[in-house]
Amino acid sequence: MSTVATQHAFYSKDLSVYYGDKQAVKKISMDFPDRQVVALIGPSGCGKSTFLRSLNRMNDLIPGARIEGEVWINDQNICDPRTDVVRLRQKIGMVWQRPNPFHKSIYENIAFGARYHGIKDRKALDGIVEEALRKTALWDEVKDRLNQSALALSGGQQQRLCIARSVAVRPSILLMDEPASALDPVSTAKIEELIAELKKEYSIVIVTHNMHQAARVSDRTAFFFLGDLVEYDDTRTIFTNPSRKSTDDYISGRFG
Amino acid sequence: MKAKTIDRIMTGVIVGVTILIIAVLAGLIGYLLVRGLRHISFDFLFSPPQTIRAGGGIGPQLFNSLFLLVLTMIITIPLGLGAGIYMSEYAKPNRLTAFIRLIVEVLSSFPSIVVGLFGLLVIVNKFGLGFSLFSGAMALTVFNLPLMVRITEQSLRGVPREQKEAGLALGLSRWRTITSVLMPVAIPSIVTGTILAAGRVFGEAAALLFTAGMSSPRLNFSDWNPLHHTSPLNPFRPAETLAVHIWKINSEGLAPDAAQIAAGASAVLVITVLLFNLGARWLGRVLYRKLTASK
Repeated sequence: MSTVATQHAFYSKDLSVYYGDKQAVKKISMDFPDRQVVALIGPSGCGKSTFLRSLNRMNDLIPGARIEGEVWINDQNICDPRTDVVRLRQKIGMVWQRPNPFHKSIYENIAFGARYHGIKDRKALDGIVEEALRKTALWDEVKDRLNQSALALSGGQQQRLCIARSVAVRPSILLMDEPASALDPVSTAKIEELIAELKKEYSIVIVTHNMHQAARVSDRTAFFFLGDLVEYDDTRTIFTNPSRKSTDDYISGRFG
Repeated sequence: MKAKTIDRIMTGVIVGVTILIIAVLAGLIGYLLVRGLRHISFDFLFSPPQTIRAGGGIGPQLFNSLFLLVLTMIITIPLGLGAGIYMSEYAKPNRLTAFIRLIVEVLSSFPSIVVGLFGLLVIVNKFGLGFSLFSGAMALTVFNLPLMVRITEQSLRGVPREQKEAGLALGLSRWRTITSVLMPVAIPSIVTGTILAAGRVFGEAAALLFTAGMSSPRLNFSDWNPLHHTSPLNPFRPAETLAVHIWKINSEGLAPDAAQIAAGASAVLVITVLLFNLGARWLGRVLYRKLTASK
Protein backbone atom coordinates (compact mmCIF):
# COMPACT_ATOMS: atom_id res chain seq x y z
CA MET A 1 0.00 0.00 0.00
CA SER A 2 1.27 3.41 -0.84
CA THR A 3 1.23 6.08 1.79
CA VAL A 4 -1.47 8.69 1.90
CA ALA A 5 -0.38 11.92 3.47
CA THR A 6 -3.88 13.34 4.04
CA GLN A 7 -5.74 12.42 7.19
CA HIS A 8 -8.82 10.32 6.91
CA ALA A 9 -12.29 11.79 6.88
CA PHE A 10 -13.86 8.61 8.16
CA TYR A 11 -13.21 4.89 8.27
CA SER A 12 -14.97 1.58 8.64
CA LYS A 13 -13.81 -1.22 10.88
CA ASP A 14 -14.87 -4.83 10.27
CA LEU A 15 -18.12 -3.69 8.71
CA SER A 16 -20.45 -6.53 7.76
CA VAL A 17 -23.93 -6.28 6.32
CA TYR A 18 -26.40 -9.15 6.29
CA TYR A 19 -29.62 -9.50 4.36
CA GLY A 20 -31.36 -12.13 6.42
CA ASP A 21 -28.85 -14.99 6.55
CA LYS A 22 -26.88 -13.84 3.56
CA GLN A 23 -23.75 -11.86 4.27
CA ALA A 24 -23.52 -9.21 1.56
CA VAL A 25 -20.54 -7.32 2.94
CA LYS A 26 -17.78 -9.16 4.81
CA LYS A 27 -15.80 -7.46 7.55
CA ILE A 28 -14.59 -4.52 5.57
CA SER A 29 -12.09 -2.09 7.03
CA MET A 30 -11.38 0.93 4.87
CA ASP A 31 -10.31 4.46 5.49
CA PHE A 32 -11.50 7.35 3.40
CA PRO A 33 -9.07 10.24 3.01
CA ASP A 34 -10.34 13.75 3.60
CA ARG A 35 -11.39 15.53 0.40
CA GLN A 36 -10.50 12.79 -1.97
CA VAL A 37 -12.55 10.65 -4.29
CA VAL A 38 -12.73 6.95 -3.51
CA ALA A 39 -14.18 4.70 -6.20
CA LEU A 40 -15.78 1.38 -5.32
CA ILE A 41 -15.67 -1.03 -8.25
CA GLY A 42 -16.58 -4.66 -8.73
CA PRO A 43 -19.10 -6.87 -10.51
CA SER A 44 -22.83 -6.59 -9.78
CA GLY A 45 -23.78 -8.09 -6.45
CA CYS A 46 -20.29 -7.71 -5.00
CA GLY A 47 -21.57 -5.63 -2.08
CA LYS A 48 -20.22 -2.24 -3.08
CA SER A 49 -23.60 -0.48 -3.14
CA THR A 50 -24.61 -2.17 0.09
CA PHE A 51 -21.38 -0.98 1.66
CA LEU A 52 -21.99 2.54 0.38
CA ARG A 53 -25.53 2.57 1.73
CA SER A 54 -24.38 1.53 5.18
CA LEU A 55 -22.23 4.65 5.41
CA ASN A 56 -25.35 6.77 5.97
CA ARG A 57 -27.46 3.98 7.48
CA MET A 58 -29.67 3.88 4.40
CA ASN A 59 -29.82 0.11 4.73
CA ASP A 60 -32.00 0.65 7.79
CA LEU A 61 -34.87 1.01 5.35
CA ILE A 62 -34.45 -2.49 3.99
CA PRO A 63 -36.38 -5.05 6.03
CA GLY A 64 -34.10 -7.80 7.27
CA ALA A 65 -30.86 -5.87 6.75
CA ARG A 66 -28.45 -5.97 9.69
CA ILE A 67 -25.12 -4.28 10.24
CA GLU A 68 -22.17 -5.40 12.33
CA GLY A 69 -18.93 -3.55 12.86
CA GLU A 70 -18.17 0.12 13.07
CA VAL A 71 -18.03 3.21 10.92
CA TRP A 72 -16.33 6.15 12.58
CA ILE A 73 -17.12 9.67 11.47
CA ASN A 74 -15.88 12.52 13.65
CA ASP A 75 -15.29 10.31 16.69
CA GLN A 76 -18.75 8.86 16.41
CA ASN A 77 -19.56 5.27 15.58
CA ILE A 78 -22.56 5.71 13.32
CA CYS A 79 -23.46 2.01 13.48
CA ASP A 80 -24.32 2.46 17.12
CA PRO A 81 -28.09 2.04 17.43
CA ARG A 82 -28.24 5.18 19.54
CA THR A 83 -26.94 7.30 16.68
CA ASP A 84 -29.32 10.05 15.62
CA VAL A 85 -29.60 9.02 11.97
CA VAL A 86 -31.51 12.14 11.04
CA ARG A 87 -28.64 14.35 12.13
CA LEU A 88 -26.07 11.94 10.70
CA ARG A 89 -27.62 12.00 7.26
CA GLN A 90 -27.52 15.75 7.16
CA LYS A 91 -23.73 15.47 7.24
CA ILE A 92 -23.66 12.90 4.45
CA GLY A 93 -25.13 13.72 1.06
CA MET A 94 -26.28 10.99 -1.27
CA VAL A 95 -26.83 10.74 -5.02
CA TRP A 96 -28.58 7.82 -6.69
CA GLN A 97 -28.27 6.05 -10.00
CA ARG A 98 -31.53 7.39 -11.33
CA PRO A 99 -32.00 11.12 -10.84
CA ASN A 100 -34.68 11.54 -8.17
CA PRO A 101 -35.49 15.21 -7.78
CA PHE A 102 -38.46 15.95 -5.55
CA HIS A 103 -41.70 16.63 -7.38
CA LYS A 104 -41.28 20.31 -6.60
CA SER A 105 -39.91 23.39 -8.30
CA ILE A 106 -36.20 23.67 -9.00
CA TYR A 107 -35.94 26.29 -6.27
CA GLU A 108 -37.82 24.19 -3.72
CA ASN A 109 -35.72 21.12 -4.44
CA ILE A 110 -32.74 22.95 -3.04
CA ALA A 111 -34.29 25.35 -0.54
CA PHE A 112 -36.41 22.65 1.07
CA GLY A 113 -33.61 20.89 2.95
CA ALA A 114 -31.99 24.12 4.10
CA ARG A 115 -35.31 25.48 5.32
CA TYR A 116 -35.99 22.28 7.22
CA HIS A 117 -32.65 22.63 8.92
CA GLY A 118 -33.55 26.03 10.22
CA ILE A 119 -32.85 28.67 7.59
CA LYS A 120 -36.06 30.65 7.18
CA ASP A 121 -34.82 33.94 5.79
CA ARG A 122 -35.83 34.29 2.15
CA LYS A 123 -32.64 36.15 1.18
CA ALA A 124 -30.43 33.55 2.82
CA LEU A 125 -32.34 30.79 1.06
CA ASP A 126 -31.99 32.57 -2.28
CA GLY A 127 -28.26 32.72 -1.63
CA ILE A 128 -28.06 29.01 -0.77
CA VAL A 129 -30.01 28.05 -3.88
CA GLU A 130 -27.79 30.14 -6.13
CA GLU A 131 -24.60 28.90 -4.50
CA ALA A 132 -25.63 25.26 -4.81
CA LEU A 133 -26.67 25.70 -8.43
CA ARG A 134 -23.46 27.51 -9.29
CA LYS A 135 -21.38 24.79 -7.63
CA THR A 136 -23.09 22.22 -9.82
CA ALA A 137 -22.77 24.39 -12.95
CA LEU A 138 -26.52 24.50 -13.29
CA TRP A 139 -27.18 28.14 -12.47
CA ASP A 140 -26.87 29.53 -16.00
CA GLU A 141 -29.10 26.81 -17.37
CA VAL A 142 -31.96 27.21 -14.90
CA LYS A 143 -31.77 30.68 -13.34
CA ASP A 144 -34.72 31.93 -15.41
CA ARG A 145 -37.01 29.10 -14.48
CA LEU A 146 -36.38 28.41 -10.83
CA ASN A 147 -40.11 28.12 -10.14
CA GLN A 148 -40.72 25.50 -12.76
CA SER A 149 -40.93 21.82 -11.97
CA ALA A 150 -37.62 20.03 -11.57
CA LEU A 151 -39.13 17.15 -13.52
CA ALA A 152 -39.05 19.24 -16.69
CA LEU A 153 -35.24 19.21 -16.67
CA SER A 154 -33.20 16.73 -18.72
CA GLY A 155 -31.83 13.63 -16.99
CA GLY A 156 -28.34 15.09 -16.72
CA GLN A 157 -29.66 18.37 -15.34
CA GLN A 158 -31.85 16.49 -12.87
CA GLN A 159 -28.83 14.58 -11.63
CA ARG A 160 -26.83 17.77 -11.14
CA LEU A 161 -29.85 19.23 -9.35
CA CYS A 162 -29.83 16.22 -7.02
CA ILE A 163 -26.16 16.87 -6.29
CA ALA A 164 -26.96 20.54 -5.69
CA ARG A 165 -29.75 19.47 -3.35
CA SER A 166 -27.37 17.42 -1.19
CA VAL A 167 -24.71 20.11 -1.25
CA ALA A 168 -27.18 22.73 -0.05
CA VAL A 169 -27.49 21.20 3.42
CA ARG A 170 -23.70 21.47 3.80
CA PRO A 171 -22.58 17.88 4.23
CA SER A 172 -18.92 16.94 4.54
CA ILE A 173 -19.24 13.63 2.72
CA LEU A 174 -20.95 12.80 -0.57
CA LEU A 175 -21.98 9.25 -1.42
CA MET A 176 -22.69 8.56 -5.08
CA ASP A 177 -24.24 5.32 -6.26
CA GLU A 178 -23.48 5.06 -9.97
CA PRO A 179 -24.38 8.70 -10.48
CA ALA A 180 -23.80 8.73 -14.23
CA SER A 181 -24.81 5.28 -15.37
CA ALA A 182 -28.28 6.40 -16.47
CA LEU A 183 -26.96 9.42 -18.38
CA ASP A 184 -25.69 10.13 -21.88
CA PRO A 185 -21.94 10.70 -22.48
CA VAL A 186 -22.16 14.50 -22.46
CA SER A 187 -24.03 14.56 -19.14
CA THR A 188 -21.65 11.94 -17.79
CA ALA A 189 -18.68 14.15 -18.64
CA LYS A 190 -20.36 17.06 -16.84
CA ILE A 191 -20.93 14.95 -13.74
CA GLU A 192 -17.31 13.84 -13.79
CA GLU A 193 -16.09 17.44 -14.09
CA LEU A 194 -18.35 18.27 -11.23
CA ILE A 195 -16.89 15.52 -9.05
CA ALA A 196 -13.40 16.85 -9.70
CA GLU A 197 -14.62 20.28 -8.61
CA LEU A 198 -16.56 19.06 -5.56
CA LYS A 199 -13.70 17.12 -4.04
CA LYS A 200 -12.09 20.42 -3.09
CA GLU A 201 -14.75 20.65 -0.41
CA TYR A 202 -16.13 17.16 0.15
CA SER A 203 -14.90 13.64 0.68
CA ILE A 204 -16.57 11.63 -2.05
CA VAL A 205 -17.30 7.92 -2.33
CA ILE A 206 -18.52 6.80 -5.71
CA VAL A 207 -19.77 3.40 -6.81
CA THR A 208 -19.30 2.83 -10.51
CA HIS A 209 -19.44 0.07 -13.08
CA ASN A 210 -17.47 2.15 -15.51
CA MET A 211 -13.78 1.40 -15.10
CA HIS A 212 -12.73 4.38 -17.16
CA GLN A 213 -14.81 6.59 -14.95
CA ALA A 214 -13.17 5.19 -11.84
CA ALA A 215 -9.75 5.80 -13.38
CA ARG A 216 -10.68 9.35 -14.41
CA VAL A 217 -12.36 10.69 -11.30
CA SER A 218 -10.96 8.87 -8.29
CA ASP A 219 -7.84 9.20 -6.18
CA ARG A 220 -8.18 5.80 -4.63
CA THR A 221 -10.00 2.71 -5.82
CA ALA A 222 -11.36 -0.27 -3.93
CA PHE A 223 -12.11 -3.52 -5.72
CA PHE A 224 -14.96 -5.53 -4.20
CA PHE A 225 -15.68 -9.13 -5.01
CA LEU A 226 -18.34 -11.36 -3.43
CA GLY A 227 -18.62 -9.11 -0.42
CA ASP A 228 -14.89 -8.96 0.21
CA LEU A 229 -12.62 -6.01 -0.22
CA VAL A 230 -10.00 -7.56 -2.49
CA GLU A 231 -7.74 -4.61 -2.98
CA TYR A 232 -7.71 -0.93 -2.02
CA ASP A 233 -4.99 1.38 -3.22
CA ASP A 234 -4.17 4.49 -5.18
CA THR A 235 -6.21 4.49 -8.36
CA ARG A 236 -3.08 4.62 -10.47
CA THR A 237 -1.66 1.56 -8.76
CA ILE A 238 -4.92 -0.38 -9.08
CA PHE A 239 -5.17 0.29 -12.79
CA THR A 240 -1.50 -0.10 -13.71
CA ASN A 241 -0.04 -2.47 -11.20
CA PRO A 242 -2.62 -4.29 -9.11
CA SER A 243 -1.23 -6.74 -6.63
CA ARG A 244 -4.09 -9.26 -6.84
CA LYS A 245 -4.77 -11.33 -9.89
CA SER A 246 -8.55 -11.03 -9.61
CA THR A 247 -8.27 -7.23 -9.62
CA ASP A 248 -6.20 -7.42 -12.77
CA ASP A 249 -8.71 -9.80 -14.36
CA TYR A 250 -11.61 -7.51 -13.53
CA ILE A 251 -10.12 -4.23 -14.72
CA SER A 252 -8.89 -5.80 -17.92
CA GLY A 253 -12.38 -7.15 -18.57
CA ARG A 254 -11.70 -10.87 -18.23
CA PHE A 255 -14.74 -11.31 -15.99
CA GLY A 256 -17.55 -9.40 -14.36
CA MET B 1 -49.16 -16.64 -40.79
CA LYS B 2 -51.00 -18.59 -38.12
CA ALA B 3 -49.80 -16.35 -35.30
CA LYS B 4 -51.02 -13.39 -37.31
CA THR B 5 -54.49 -14.88 -37.72
CA ILE B 6 -54.78 -15.61 -34.02
CA ASP B 7 -53.61 -12.11 -33.27
CA ARG B 8 -56.29 -10.69 -35.53
CA ILE B 9 -59.04 -12.85 -34.00
CA MET B 10 -58.05 -11.96 -30.44
CA THR B 11 -57.91 -8.26 -31.29
CA GLY B 12 -61.40 -8.60 -32.70
CA VAL B 13 -62.63 -10.34 -29.53
CA ILE B 14 -61.15 -7.67 -27.27
CA VAL B 15 -62.59 -4.84 -29.34
CA GLY B 16 -65.94 -6.63 -29.32
CA VAL B 17 -65.96 -7.02 -25.54
CA THR B 18 -65.04 -3.37 -25.11
CA ILE B 19 -67.85 -2.25 -27.41
CA LEU B 20 -70.28 -4.46 -25.51
CA ILE B 21 -69.32 -2.90 -22.18
CA ILE B 22 -69.60 0.61 -23.54
CA ALA B 23 -72.98 -0.25 -25.07
CA VAL B 24 -74.32 -1.60 -21.77
CA LEU B 25 -73.06 1.45 -19.90
CA ALA B 26 -74.33 3.93 -22.46
CA GLY B 27 -77.67 2.13 -22.57
CA LEU B 28 -78.03 2.21 -18.81
CA ILE B 29 -77.12 5.85 -18.38
CA GLY B 30 -79.12 6.81 -21.46
CA TYR B 31 -82.20 5.01 -20.18
CA LEU B 32 -81.95 6.66 -16.76
CA LEU B 33 -81.41 10.10 -18.23
CA VAL B 34 -84.09 9.85 -20.90
CA ARG B 35 -86.63 8.71 -18.34
CA GLY B 36 -85.49 10.99 -15.56
CA LEU B 37 -84.34 14.26 -17.09
CA ARG B 38 -87.86 15.25 -18.15
CA HIS B 39 -88.89 15.24 -14.53
CA ILE B 40 -86.00 17.28 -13.17
CA SER B 41 -86.77 20.90 -12.54
CA PHE B 42 -85.74 23.55 -10.06
CA ASP B 43 -88.87 22.80 -8.08
CA PHE B 44 -88.24 19.07 -8.09
CA LEU B 45 -84.70 19.51 -6.76
CA PHE B 46 -85.59 21.84 -3.92
CA SER B 47 -89.12 21.16 -2.73
CA PRO B 48 -90.09 18.58 -0.09
CA PRO B 49 -91.78 15.31 -1.11
CA GLN B 50 -95.55 14.77 -1.03
CA THR B 51 -97.06 11.65 0.46
CA ILE B 52 -100.29 11.29 -1.44
CA ARG B 53 -100.51 14.13 -3.93
CA ALA B 54 -98.45 14.47 -7.08
CA GLY B 55 -95.72 17.06 -7.56
CA GLY B 56 -93.45 16.22 -4.65
CA GLY B 57 -89.74 17.00 -4.80
CA ILE B 58 -86.55 15.55 -3.41
CA GLY B 59 -85.07 18.62 -1.71
CA PRO B 60 -84.53 17.24 1.81
CA GLN B 61 -83.32 13.89 0.47
CA LEU B 62 -80.72 15.53 -1.74
CA PHE B 63 -79.56 17.64 1.17
CA ASN B 64 -79.46 14.59 3.46
CA SER B 65 -77.35 12.64 0.99
CA LEU B 66 -74.82 15.45 0.70
CA PHE B 67 -74.75 16.13 4.44
CA LEU B 68 -74.35 12.45 5.24
CA LEU B 69 -71.51 12.26 2.76
CA VAL B 70 -69.75 15.17 4.47
CA LEU B 71 -70.27 13.61 7.90
CA THR B 72 -68.93 10.26 6.71
CA MET B 73 -65.91 11.88 5.17
CA ILE B 74 -65.18 13.87 8.32
CA ILE B 75 -64.95 10.55 10.17
CA THR B 76 -63.31 8.52 7.42
CA ILE B 77 -60.62 10.77 6.01
CA PRO B 78 -58.50 11.34 9.14
CA LEU B 79 -58.81 7.70 10.24
CA GLY B 80 -58.16 6.35 6.76
CA LEU B 81 -55.19 8.62 6.15
CA GLY B 82 -53.67 7.74 9.50
CA ALA B 83 -54.09 4.00 9.11
CA GLY B 84 -52.98 4.12 5.46
CA ILE B 85 -49.82 6.03 6.33
CA TYR B 86 -49.13 3.57 9.12
CA MET B 87 -49.64 0.54 6.91
CA SER B 88 -47.42 1.83 4.16
CA GLU B 89 -44.66 3.59 6.08
CA TYR B 90 -44.45 2.29 9.61
CA ALA B 91 -45.87 -1.24 9.80
CA LYS B 92 -43.23 -3.92 9.61
CA PRO B 93 -43.99 -6.69 7.15
CA ASN B 94 -45.01 -9.54 9.44
CA ARG B 95 -47.95 -11.80 10.12
CA LEU B 96 -49.87 -9.22 12.12
CA THR B 97 -49.81 -6.61 9.35
CA ALA B 98 -50.66 -9.27 6.79
CA PHE B 99 -53.64 -10.20 8.96
CA ILE B 100 -54.72 -6.57 9.32
CA ARG B 101 -54.50 -6.17 5.56
CA LEU B 102 -56.68 -9.24 5.10
CA ILE B 103 -59.27 -7.86 7.50
CA VAL B 104 -59.29 -4.55 5.67
CA GLU B 105 -59.92 -6.40 2.41
CA VAL B 106 -62.74 -8.45 3.88
CA LEU B 107 -64.32 -5.42 5.49
CA SER B 108 -64.36 -3.50 2.24
CA SER B 109 -66.18 -6.29 0.45
CA PHE B 110 -68.81 -6.77 3.17
CA PRO B 111 -72.39 -6.85 1.89
CA SER B 112 -73.82 -3.47 2.76
CA ILE B 113 -77.09 -4.89 4.11
CA VAL B 114 -75.06 -6.77 6.71
CA VAL B 115 -73.29 -3.58 7.65
CA GLY B 116 -76.73 -1.99 7.95
CA LEU B 117 -77.93 -4.69 10.34
CA PHE B 118 -74.75 -4.40 12.34
CA GLY B 119 -75.37 -0.66 12.52
CA LEU B 120 -78.94 -1.25 13.71
CA LEU B 121 -77.92 -3.66 16.45
CA VAL B 122 -74.80 -1.92 17.70
CA ILE B 123 -74.90 1.75 16.80
CA VAL B 124 -78.63 2.44 16.78
CA ASN B 125 -79.77 0.19 19.64
CA LYS B 126 -76.77 -0.66 21.80
CA PHE B 127 -75.20 2.78 21.74
CA GLY B 128 -78.64 4.35 21.72
CA LEU B 129 -77.90 6.75 18.92
CA GLY B 130 -81.22 5.97 17.26
CA PHE B 131 -82.01 6.41 13.60
CA SER B 132 -79.80 9.36 12.84
CA LEU B 133 -77.41 10.83 10.33
CA PHE B 134 -74.63 10.08 12.77
CA SER B 135 -75.55 6.38 12.95
CA GLY B 136 -75.70 6.33 9.16
CA ALA B 137 -72.29 7.96 8.92
CA MET B 138 -70.85 5.36 11.30
CA ALA B 139 -72.30 2.52 9.25
CA LEU B 140 -70.96 4.01 6.03
CA THR B 141 -67.60 4.43 7.72
CA VAL B 142 -67.48 0.68 8.30
CA PHE B 143 -67.11 -0.01 4.62
CA ASN B 144 -65.69 3.26 3.47
CA LEU B 145 -62.80 3.19 5.90
CA PRO B 146 -61.10 0.07 4.51
CA LEU B 147 -61.30 1.58 1.05
CA MET B 148 -59.75 4.78 2.35
CA VAL B 149 -56.94 2.88 4.08
CA ARG B 150 -56.17 0.97 0.93
CA ILE B 151 -56.25 4.04 -1.28
CA THR B 152 -53.84 5.85 1.02
CA GLU B 153 -51.53 2.89 1.42
CA GLN B 154 -51.36 2.16 -2.28
CA SER B 155 -50.91 5.79 -3.25
CA LEU B 156 -47.97 6.09 -0.88
CA ARG B 157 -46.49 2.82 -2.05
CA GLY B 158 -46.76 4.09 -5.60
CA VAL B 159 -44.25 6.82 -4.86
CA PRO B 160 -40.80 5.66 -6.04
CA ARG B 161 -38.60 4.45 -3.21
CA GLU B 162 -35.84 6.83 -4.25
CA GLN B 163 -38.08 9.76 -3.33
CA LYS B 164 -38.31 8.55 0.22
CA GLU B 165 -34.58 7.81 0.39
CA ALA B 166 -33.79 11.25 -0.99
CA GLY B 167 -35.82 12.86 1.78
CA LEU B 168 -34.22 10.77 4.50
CA ALA B 169 -30.73 11.22 3.07
CA LEU B 170 -31.19 14.98 3.33
CA GLY B 171 -31.58 14.54 7.06
CA LEU B 172 -35.35 14.93 7.15
CA SER B 173 -37.22 13.09 9.87
CA ARG B 174 -39.40 10.22 8.80
CA TRP B 175 -42.59 12.17 9.48
CA ARG B 176 -41.36 15.17 7.51
CA THR B 177 -40.33 12.93 4.63
CA ILE B 178 -43.86 11.54 4.56
CA THR B 179 -45.62 14.88 4.75
CA SER B 180 -43.36 16.94 2.52
CA VAL B 181 -41.90 14.50 0.04
CA LEU B 182 -44.24 11.53 -0.28
CA MET B 183 -47.63 13.15 0.30
CA PRO B 184 -47.39 15.80 -2.44
CA VAL B 185 -46.73 13.01 -4.92
CA ALA B 186 -49.40 10.72 -3.50
CA ILE B 187 -52.15 13.25 -2.82
CA PRO B 188 -53.62 13.44 -6.32
CA SER B 189 -54.35 9.72 -6.34
CA ILE B 190 -55.53 9.83 -2.72
CA VAL B 191 -57.95 12.60 -3.59
CA THR B 192 -59.15 10.84 -6.72
CA GLY B 193 -59.64 7.61 -4.81
CA THR B 194 -61.43 9.37 -1.97
CA ILE B 195 -63.91 11.06 -4.26
CA LEU B 196 -64.58 7.82 -6.10
CA ALA B 197 -65.23 6.17 -2.73
CA ALA B 198 -67.50 9.10 -1.94
CA GLY B 199 -69.54 8.24 -5.01
CA ARG B 200 -70.22 4.84 -3.51
CA VAL B 201 -71.26 6.37 -0.19
CA PHE B 202 -73.55 8.77 -2.00
CA GLY B 203 -75.38 5.97 -3.78
CA GLU B 204 -75.58 3.62 -0.81
CA ALA B 205 -79.05 2.60 0.35
CA ALA B 206 -79.00 -0.79 2.05
CA ALA B 207 -76.67 0.16 4.89
CA LEU B 208 -78.76 3.24 5.64
CA LEU B 209 -82.22 1.68 5.81
CA PHE B 210 -81.74 0.66 9.43
CA THR B 211 -79.28 3.33 10.52
CA ALA B 212 -80.10 6.74 9.08
CA GLY B 213 -83.73 5.74 8.85
CA MET B 214 -86.39 6.05 6.19
CA SER B 215 -87.96 9.33 7.13
CA SER B 216 -86.98 12.89 7.83
CA PRO B 217 -88.53 15.24 10.32
CA ARG B 218 -90.02 18.34 8.73
CA LEU B 219 -86.87 20.36 8.18
CA ASN B 220 -86.73 24.06 8.69
CA PHE B 221 -84.19 25.29 6.15
CA SER B 222 -83.95 28.68 7.80
CA ASP B 223 -82.69 27.22 11.08
CA TRP B 224 -78.98 26.35 10.85
CA ASN B 225 -78.35 25.69 14.53
CA PRO B 226 -77.08 22.08 14.59
CA LEU B 227 -78.60 21.55 18.04
CA HIS B 228 -82.21 22.23 17.04
CA HIS B 229 -84.32 19.24 16.26
CA THR B 230 -85.69 20.52 12.96
CA SER B 231 -82.42 22.06 11.81
CA PRO B 232 -81.04 20.43 8.65
CA LEU B 233 -77.58 20.48 10.23
CA ASN B 234 -78.56 18.44 13.29
CA PRO B 235 -76.52 15.22 12.93
CA PHE B 236 -78.67 13.32 15.41
CA ARG B 237 -81.93 13.52 13.50
CA PRO B 238 -83.20 10.73 11.28
CA ALA B 239 -82.61 11.35 7.62
CA GLU B 240 -83.77 9.66 4.48
CA THR B 241 -81.19 9.91 1.70
CA LEU B 242 -81.80 10.09 -2.01
CA ALA B 243 -80.94 6.44 -2.63
CA VAL B 244 -83.19 5.30 0.21
CA HIS B 245 -85.94 7.57 -1.07
CA ILE B 246 -85.76 5.96 -4.49
CA TRP B 247 -86.05 2.53 -2.93
CA LYS B 248 -88.93 3.57 -0.68
CA ILE B 249 -90.97 5.42 -3.25
CA ASN B 250 -90.58 2.57 -5.71
CA SER B 251 -91.73 -0.06 -3.25
CA GLU B 252 -94.36 1.74 -1.23
CA GLY B 253 -94.86 5.18 -2.77
CA LEU B 254 -98.47 6.37 -2.65
CA ALA B 255 -98.12 9.49 -4.78
CA PRO B 256 -99.61 9.08 -8.26
CA ASP B 257 -96.37 10.27 -9.86
CA ALA B 258 -94.15 7.91 -7.80
CA ALA B 259 -92.61 6.30 -10.88
CA GLN B 260 -91.63 9.66 -12.35
CA ILE B 261 -90.21 10.83 -9.04
CA ALA B 262 -88.13 7.66 -8.78
CA ALA B 263 -86.91 8.16 -12.33
CA GLY B 264 -86.03 11.77 -11.72
CA ALA B 265 -84.30 11.00 -8.45
CA SER B 266 -82.33 8.20 -10.12
CA ALA B 267 -81.16 10.58 -12.82
CA VAL B 268 -80.11 13.11 -10.18
CA LEU B 269 -78.19 10.38 -8.35
CA VAL B 270 -76.39 9.22 -11.47
CA ILE B 271 -75.55 12.75 -12.56
CA THR B 272 -74.16 13.58 -9.12
CA VAL B 273 -71.96 10.49 -9.06
CA LEU B 274 -70.81 11.34 -12.57
CA LEU B 275 -69.94 14.84 -11.42
CA PHE B 276 -67.99 13.35 -8.52
CA ASN B 277 -65.96 11.30 -10.96
CA LEU B 278 -65.18 14.19 -13.25
CA GLY B 279 -64.49 16.43 -10.28
CA ALA B 280 -62.10 13.84 -8.86
CA ARG B 281 -59.98 13.80 -11.99
CA TRP B 282 -59.95 17.55 -12.25
CA LEU B 283 -59.09 18.11 -8.59
CA GLY B 284 -56.36 15.46 -8.70
CA ARG B 285 -54.71 17.23 -11.62
CA VAL B 286 -55.01 20.68 -10.11
CA LEU B 287 -53.60 19.54 -6.77
CA TYR B 288 -50.67 17.81 -8.40
CA ARG B 289 -49.84 20.99 -10.31
CA LYS B 290 -50.14 23.15 -7.22
CA LEU B 291 -48.03 20.88 -5.04
CA THR B 292 -45.31 20.08 -7.52
CA ALA B 293 -45.00 23.30 -9.52
CA SER B 294 -45.42 21.37 -12.76
CA LYS B 295 -47.40 22.73 -15.66
